[in-house]
Formats: sequence, C-alpha cells, structure tokens
Amino acid sequence: MIPSLLLPLLGLGEAAAGQGKTFWMPPQASTLAPDVDKVFYFIYWVDIAFFVLMMGAVIFFAFKYKQKKEGEKTSSNKGSHSLELVWAVVPLILSVVMFVTGFRVYVESVIPPADSYDVRVVAQKWSWAFEYPSEGIEASELVVPADTNVRLTMSSKDVLHSFFVPDFRVKKDVVPGRYTVVWFNAPEPGEHHIFCTEYCGDGHSVMLNTVKVLPQDEYDAWLASQQAVAEAEGDLTGVALGESLFTKKACVGCHSIDGTKLVGPPMNGLSGRTEELADGTTIVADDDYIRESILAPTTKVVAGYAPSMPPFEGQLSETEINALIDYIKSLD
Amino acid sequence: MSPQTANTYAHPENDLTPEVNYLNATKGLKSWLLTLDHKRIGVMYLVTILTFFMVGGLLALGIRAELFTPEGDLFTAATYNKMFTLHGAIMVFLVLVPAIPASIGNFVLPLMLGQKDVAFPKLNLASFWIYIFGAAFLVFTLIQGGVDTGWTFYTPYSSDHASGSVVLTLTGAFILGFSSILTGLNFIVTIHKMRAPGQTWRKMPLMLWALYATSVIQVLATPVIAITLFLLIFERILEIGIFDPSMGGDPVLFQHFFWFYSHPVVYVMVLPAFGVISETVSVHSRKHIFGYMAIAGSSVSIAAVGFLIWGHHMFLSGQSELQGAIFSFLTFGVAIPTAIKNFSWIATLWKGSIRWNTVMFYTLGFIWIFLIGGLTGLFLATMATDVHLHDTYFVVAHFHYVMMGGTLFALITAIHHWWPKMTGRMFNETVGKLTFWLAFIGYNLTFFPQFVAGTQGMPRRYHQYVPEFEVWMQASTIGSFIFGAALFIMLGYLIHSLFKGVKAPHNPWGAVSLEWETATPPIEHNFHGLPVCTKGPYDFDEIEEGA
Ligand code: HEC
Ligand SMILES: [Cu+2]
Ligand SMILES: [Cu+2]
Repeated sequence: MIPSLLLPLLGLGEAAAGQGKTFWMPPQASTLAPDVDKVFYFIYWVDIAFFVLMMGAVIFFAFKYKQKKEGEKTSSNKGSHSLELVWAVVPLILSVVMFVTGFRVYVESVIPPADSYDVRVVAQKWSWAFEYPSEGIEASELVVPADTNVRLTMSSKDVLHSFFVPDFRVKKDVVPGRYTVVWFNAPEPGEHHIFCTEYCGDGHSVMLNTVKVLPQDEYDAWLASQQAVAEAEGDLTGVALGESLFTKKACVGCHSIDGTKLVGPPMNGLSGRTEELADGTTIVADDDYIRESILAPTTKVVAGYAPSMPPFEGQLSETEINALIDYIKSLD
Repeated sequence: MSPQTANTYAHPENDLTPEVNYLNATKGLKSWLLTLDHKRIGVMYLVTILTFFMVGGLLALGIRAELFTPEGDLFTAATYNKMFTLHGAIMVFLVLVPAIPASIGNFVLPLMLGQKDVAFPKLNLASFWIYIFGAAFLVFTLIQGGVDTGWTFYTPYSSDHASGSVVLTLTGAFILGFSSILTGLNFIVTIHKMRAPGQTWRKMPLMLWALYATSVIQVLATPVIAITLFLLIFERILEIGIFDPSMGGDPVLFQHFFWFYSHPVVYVMVLPAFGVISETVSVHSRKHIFGYMAIAGSSVSIAAVGFLIWGHHMFLSGQSELQGAIFSFLTFGVAIPTAIKNFSWIATLWKGSIRWNTVMFYTLGFIWIFLIGGLTGLFLATMATDVHLHDTYFVVAHFHYVMMGGTLFALITAIHHWWPKMTGRMFNETVGKLTFWLAFIGYNLTFFPQFVAGTQGMPRRYHQYVPEFEVWMQASTIGSFIFGAALFIMLGYLIHSLFKGVKAPHNPWGAVSLEWETATPPIEHNFHGLPVCTKGPYDFDEIEEGA
C-alpha cells in the first residue's frame, strides 16, 4: 500500500488523472512529452543522489563531530588533491551526459517534420487567434486532429508573449516583428491548457486558451462547420485572402506568378529558394524573409532588380501579412 | 608603536570594550553621514539595505497573500503587476547586489587586510551617497504609483506599452550602477595594494577572494546594464527605434544586453555569500578550510565563466538554436566550480569540533538551501527540460533558492558572525537558534512547493491561476508568513542585544583572521600599530598537527 502511494511521488507510477501524470509532471499528451520527462527524471535522480549524499554527510558530521567543549583538538587536514579531482570530474561527466541527452530531445522538439499540418498563431494583448491557411478559416481556439504533426507559426501584434502547453512540454516566445515556430503531435484526443508565459501586462494571467485534440472524423466535421460559417459571412482567410490581396494591393503589377520576370521577381517557387542578394550574400526565403521583403523591401534587395518596391509597413494587418505569405508559399 | 604580534588572540587587555571606539569616537548625525570610516559606511549600508529589504519583503507578502486563492481578489491585476515589479527591482538593485559586499564587505575588508581603511575612503562615501540617490528614484517611483514592467524591463512592453514612471525607475537603476562600480574599484585596489606585511594572496581569508572576484564582475558588467537602460530611456523619450520592432528595433537585442549584465550579477550576489560561508564553516568547526586554493580558484573561475552564459535565459526567445546549445553547454561549466565549493565546505566539517551555535546553524542552512538551488539549476541548463520549465514557478523557486536563500542566509550568517565585532555585544544564542528553525522551515515551505507548481506548468507573474495549483500556492503563502515572522523576531533580538546584550570579548569565536586582532568594537583607526600576518586565516590553535 505505502509503496504504491509513494510511486507517483518518486515519479514512477502513472496516476489515474491523466496519461503519464506524475507528482512532478503533468499528463504526457504529446509524442515529445515522454522524452522530455525521461530527461527530467534522469536529472532528478542524479540530483536526489547528490542531495542525499551531501546533506547526509553534513548531518552525520554535525552530530558525530559536535563540539563537546571549547578547545578540543581537530584534524590538521587541509585538503586532498585526489578527492578534489574526483569531485570535479564526476560532476563534469554527469554534466556532459545531461547536456547531450537534453540537447538531443531539444533538437527533436524544435525541428518540425516536413509533413506537418500548418496553423498560424497570432498573439495580442490578451488573446490568441488561430488561422488555418490551407482551410481558409480562422478560429478563437486551437482545434487539431489527433495523431498528426502540427506546426504552429506564431507572431505577435504588440508585445512579447509566450505559447505554452504544459501537457505537450512545448513552449516558445511569440515575438513581434518575426516568426517563431513550435510543433507537436498529440496522439490522443483531449483538451489541454494554453498559457501565456511571457509577461505582457494586465491581462497576462487571463491570456489562456485551450487546445482541443479531436479524432480525425470529428476534426473534419469541425472544419466543415467552420468553413460553412466563414462562407456565410463572406470573409476570406488564409490563402484565399492572400490571393485577393495580391491583386488589391497591386502586387500583380510587378510580380508574376508563372515565372515571368516583371519589375520584380516572380513569386512562384520563392518559398524555400536560396536568393542571391544585391550585396552578394545569399538567404533562404523563409517566412521571416518574405515578411521583411513585403514590409521593408529595401533591407534585402534581390540581385538583378532595382530597389523599387514600395514598403508596405503599416499598411497590412498581421492577418493580411500572414495571408499574403501563405498565398506566396502556395505558388509553385 | 611596534607592530603587534599577530594571530595570538589572547590579548586580555583587548577584552575590555575600549573607552573610545569607532562608534563613539565622534558624535552627532553629521559625523555619521559624512564619515570616511569604512566601518561606519558599512553600518550605514547595512541599515539602509535592511530597511529596503523590509519594503521588498512586505511587497512579497502582499503578493503571496493575493496568491492564496486562485481568483484575483485582493488586488487588481494592475496593482499586482506593480507589486511584483517593485519587489523585484528593490530586491535586486537595492538589496541583493550591495547586500554583502557594501555592508559586511565594507566593514571587514580593511580589517581583514590589517589596514586602517580602504584605498579611497572618499570614493567609498561617494558610492554610499550615489546609492542613496539612486534609491531615492525607486522610492519616488513607488510614491508616484509604481511601474509594471517587471524588474527585467523587457522590450517592447517597456518601450511603449507599460504604464507608470518607467523612465524614473530606469534612471534609478542606472545611477545605482555607479555605486556598484565604485565599490568594486575600491575593493580591487585595496586588495591589490594594501595587504598586511606577510599577507600573501594565499594567506588572505577566502572572504577576500570572493569579494575580489565580485568586484571584478561589478566593474566589468555594470557598465553594460547602464548603457542598456540608457538606450531604453532614449527609446522611450526620443522614440528612436532600438528595441521596439514597431520602430524598427529588435526586442531580443535588449534581452542579450540585459542578461549580459544580469546573469553575472547573480554571482555578485552569491560569490560574497560563498566567502562568508567559507569563513564561518571553518571558524565554527575549528578546522582549516578544506581545499583553500580550490575554493579561491573556483570563485575566480565562476566570475570568468559567468560572463559567457547569459544566453541560457533566452533558449525560447527566438535566438538561434545553435546559440542556445552553446550557452547550455557553457552553463554546465559553472556548475563544476560551484559543486567543488560545496564539497569543500562539507569536507571541512569532517573531524572538526563543530559548534552548535546560531552562526553554524545558518551556515548549514545555507548549504541545504544553496544545494537545492544549485541542483535545480541543472534542469534549467538542460535545454529539453528548460523548454518546459522556463518562465514557470520552477524558475521562481530556483532563483529564490539561489539568490534569496543563498544570499540572504549568508547575509544573516555574516551579521551574526560579525555582530560582536560590529556592535560590541553578544546576541542571545538560544533565541537565535530557535529563530533559525522557524526561518528555515518557513523558507522551505515558501519555496519548495513552488517547484511542484512550476513543473506542473504554472507560469510566473500570474495574478490569477487555474485551480489545479491552489494547494501549492497556499502552502507557499503560509510558509512566507512564517518566514516573515522569523525575520521580525530576528530583528527584535538583535536590537535587544544592542542595549541588553552581554559585552562581547574581542574575539568571541577564537578566529585567527586579522579582523579579530583588534578591540571589539574596533577603535576608529582599526589597529594601534600595523598588524603583521604570520599565519594563515584558518590556522586555529585546536588543530593537532599530524592528526
Ligand atoms: C513597384 C513594383 C512592386 C510592387 C507594387 C510590389 N513589388 Fe515586390 N518587389 C519588387 C521588386 C523590384 C523586388 C526586387 C527587389 C527587392 O528585393 O526589393 C521585389 C521583391 C519582392 C519580394 C522578394 C522576392 C525574392 O525573390 O526574394 C517579395 C516576397 C515581394 N516583392 C512581395 C511583394 C508583395 C506581396 C507585393 C504586394 C503587397 C509586392 N511585392 C509589391 C517590386 C514590387
Ligand atoms: Cu502574457
Ligand atoms: Cu543566468
């Protein structure tokens, strides 16, 4: 009885409340979570060992060598090089092991698989919005299909925020003026907290949301209902919105989408291409680069073109910028 | 007068409080406020720092009271945010950074070197007044209604979203930096140029090594934060885009600048604490410190490596992954010297004659607390776990264990250890030891539950929270009030001892470093002659050669 009660405390058992939930860690609701927890518990046990050993020695010595009367003799010991070497080298080795295991899981956590399903996250004081570029919908909560790799590309309209789902063990700052990315795969349907973990003002602690993980069929049904709503309202989002903006903002005048060179470079196939710049450097065209090219085009001028594109800074909303980027990325 | 024969602490003639000592040599408020005596300056720092500690502490109790329930029912979010901002700013800039070096350090450094004062007494007084001037800005901010940027001033929130007197607070922190730099300079020069005859580097008490390493950090790192805060003031007033992306700036750049100072500064807080513990663990176990050179060397290497690891605060900020990996790796590099110190203190206890007195209790309490602080740091240095724990209560608990638990417990240790020297009185040991237990239990009850709340996912700086975390938050709040009560009791018995305490002999602990060579309390110019250092600071009479 007692041992089984102790198990969750020690991080070994699986408590009933959630898959993989332990005394220390919340439920493991993503494919990443068990890996992170393994690293956590590795460090945890090393720590416990050191703590018990060291505090054990302190308490033992404190009793064993407690002063009985002033003036009693003490040892002349002043140190020991071999002992010092041991307790420098052992922590060093353990440190390297911790670093390596932590780094490997970290790499897994930051590189989204190529086949990931894309959702855009837009943070602002004090709410989250979620755009589904390939579905042409926008939602106020994050709904995702179970057992699918999901990549979130995040940006902020105002200050720093941070996207945190404890049950997934993922977190990343959301930074105004640039994109940051997290990804996860939630194998089982369920609901999980989203917290903002970067202080952002009065509403920081209520900037909460929920990830709803649905089985594929329920997810499809949810998508269909959202799309119906969007159509009824006539609002365009995602790639469709981008396409209309591309004409409305007169990008078409200077950019073709079939490879023809006009005043500016053609847009098809741009995403992921390595661009040569006028200053001789090269850059891979990712979201951040495309964003910058639209908002402040003269910062990085493509080789062979005049810096004649007008800056669009301040003329497009966060949603519109994202839509344009999604549209450009959809052209190949 | 011929040099005193040093390190023989049986000077019965010294055991009487000298008629004229530094406390009563001159009289009147002016003789204190304009004093050039490092001892008086140290005492003035101590009183001021403890006063600000009380202000910061009361703010902390307010925060804990709010968090007793998940709802935000006691204060509004805006008030709460201002409270934790001021709590942080006051505790970091006004309390922890100067805590040990400027107060205790100022008092003992020249005494330990067998000198009459620091190298530049006027500069020392200037740095005190610059500190007061800078502090006045923070106090003024408080009166004006506060700021809500968090003590980290992250952009772009602080550039154009925050409310309150941001510029005032920044200016205060900017000015405080100069005080810190000047104290550091003064200590470096004093240690280099003014050691007692015979006092080689290897015969210096480890407290001095720690203060030396601290001073180097203060001199090198503080200018960077000063410039950063200045740039932020510029951005706010002149609307020049430096950190704010809406004006073309880079918010992550601010974080780099900020942590380039603010990481090393945790060693400004904690290295002096290591110094204190190295003294007390040895003196009160009557044994030579274990691994003198290893401890001294690790202070210096912590100071050096400490400059290269600021990026571990930014794994999730949007800095590149490669950068993150390098910072993570280097961070482990600072764990090693820290571990070495801990091992050395513990080994010092081995075969000693350990006094069970208040100073030793706090010393051992420090080791407990700092060990937990250090070990939990490993989760944050490791990238995979840091992703989950960053900006949660785990981090709050971790840095309170190292900074507040570490530095504060060491400051308390130091105050008790040098109290007889500073005041000429002994405090009541029994009350001291009982209060220790109250403080120790209260402290751990406050911060340990926060680790669990953090691993379970509770973010920091939350005014309200989801009910799952309630039990941890309640335990923490109860602990904080116990801890607060213990500190008030401590204040009470220390003040009581000033009037009713037994007169202290000149060397109540039987220590052999030079500050115990002189009368208690010391005479105005510290020593009658110039003491000569003939033996090391840990060569106690009880040590049995060959045993
Ligand atoms: C007046 C003509 C003009 C208009 C209008 C214009 N652009 Fe451009 N654009 C250019 C030129 C010229 C370049 C190449 C020079 C440079 O990089 O600044 C360019 C470069 C770009 C690039 C970088 C392409 C690459 O190969 O790296 C992107 C992306 C882009 N424009 C998007 C847009 C979008 C989206 C719009 C509409 C909102 C737009 N442009 C409107 C002229 C224009
Ligand atoms: Cu927030
Ligand atoms: Cu740091």
